[in-house]
Amino acid sequence: MAEFTLPANSKVGIGETHKAPAGAKNIRKFKVYRWTPEDGKNPSVDTYEVDMDTCGPMVLDALIKIKNEMDSSLTFRRSCREGVCGSCAMNIDGTNTLACTKFIDEVKGDIKIYPLPHMPVVRDLVPDLNVPYAQLSSIEPWLKSTTQPPTRERLQSPEERAKLDGLWECILCFCCSTSCPSYWWNGDRYLGPAILLQAYRWIADSRDEARGERLDQLEDPFRLYRCHTIMNCTKTCPKSLNPAKAIAEIKKLMVERTI
Amino acid sequence: MSVANRPVHRPLSPHLQVYRPQLTSTLSILHRATGIALSVGVLYLTAWVVCASGSYDVYAKFQAFNGSFVGRFVLGGWLFSMFFHLFNGIRHLFWDVGYGFEIKDAYRSGWIVVAASLVATAISWIVGLRLI
Repeated sequence: MAEFTLPANSKVGIGETHKAPAGAKNIRKFKVYRWTPEDGKNPSVDTYEVDMDTCGPMVLDALIKIKNEMDSSLTFRRSCREGVCGSCAMNIDGTNTLACTKFIDEVKGDIKIYPLPHMPVVRDLVPDLNVPYAQLSSIEPWLKSTTQPPTRERLQSPEERAKLDGLWECILCFCCSTSCPSYWWNGDRYLGPAILLQAYRWIADSRDEARGERLDQLEDPFRLYRCHTIMNCTKTCPKSLNPAKAIAEIKKLMVERTI
Repeated sequence: MSVANRPVHRPLSPHLQVYRPQLTSTLSILHRATGIALSVGVLYLTAWVVCASGSYDVYAKFQAFNGSFVGRFVLGGWLFSMFFHLFNGIRHLFWDVGYGFEIKDAYRSGWIVVAASLVATAISWIVGLRLI
């Protein structure tokens, strides 16, 4: 059931303020969600005053600068710093995106940073992604075939290959799933946009021979049909992919195979 | 028990509290809200018809309420709900056949639905008043 408010242990308080070094002229405030399992306290929002004259242009640059120079306890995931690994997905200025490809200048006023929404928090900006990963494995994201394997590569026409464009680029950052109100309220049973886009990636693959089984597995009031075309997923995707469209294509195939 | 082995009650990260309202999600929840309003509005219409089949006094009272500020607000809200739900429903039909999924198109169709609903509500209201 949908619970619109946060549980008692999740209400966010006001945390510490870390002042910019003396002499800094070009200061911007970063308000960052903090929580640690160690002290038994509720989450809070710490304020970091960052000297922009000595900071890179991206939000991730600021987070790394804070961790290096102001507060080494700040915890977040990051790896590639160029938008291909999906590690630094978080809620910045009210929408989900990758900290490494989000310009600080795009944000007006204070830069508010929270973990991906409606997820259990491991620490600070690190959400627990075990459920979406389990959901990913449930759709069996690999090529399945029953016919005799060919002696060489499985060939595709350029047209067949083109059907996978806009699908294979997904980096599984879960910005889309955690922007989706349906996934917030029913994330235990609804697969969410990221996983459904992955499911469609295999359904649309001409080399895959398990389309029927894949559709059977999705034919469920919750797994697929909790999508109400809200489209927050497509709006927020940092790779400009279209999960809403992929889900619609699955729904169309469901209808087509019954008529 | 060591810190590592202590059971952890993880907090839930903020969602509605921090997510910036989007046109996409706002129109979606408005579609549901107007759907509920229409269902409740049918009861209102039923009451209207029941009053019409009753005595003159009862119907006059209902009409007096319709003419009051609250009554006009309810009727105007119902009218807007009907047009919004209708137009957004047509938008959903296009989505159902696979059209209009680019964000640019979804925003354009969304604003068209809002504008068309307001215009249709205003026209119906004016025409309705002329007929009285």
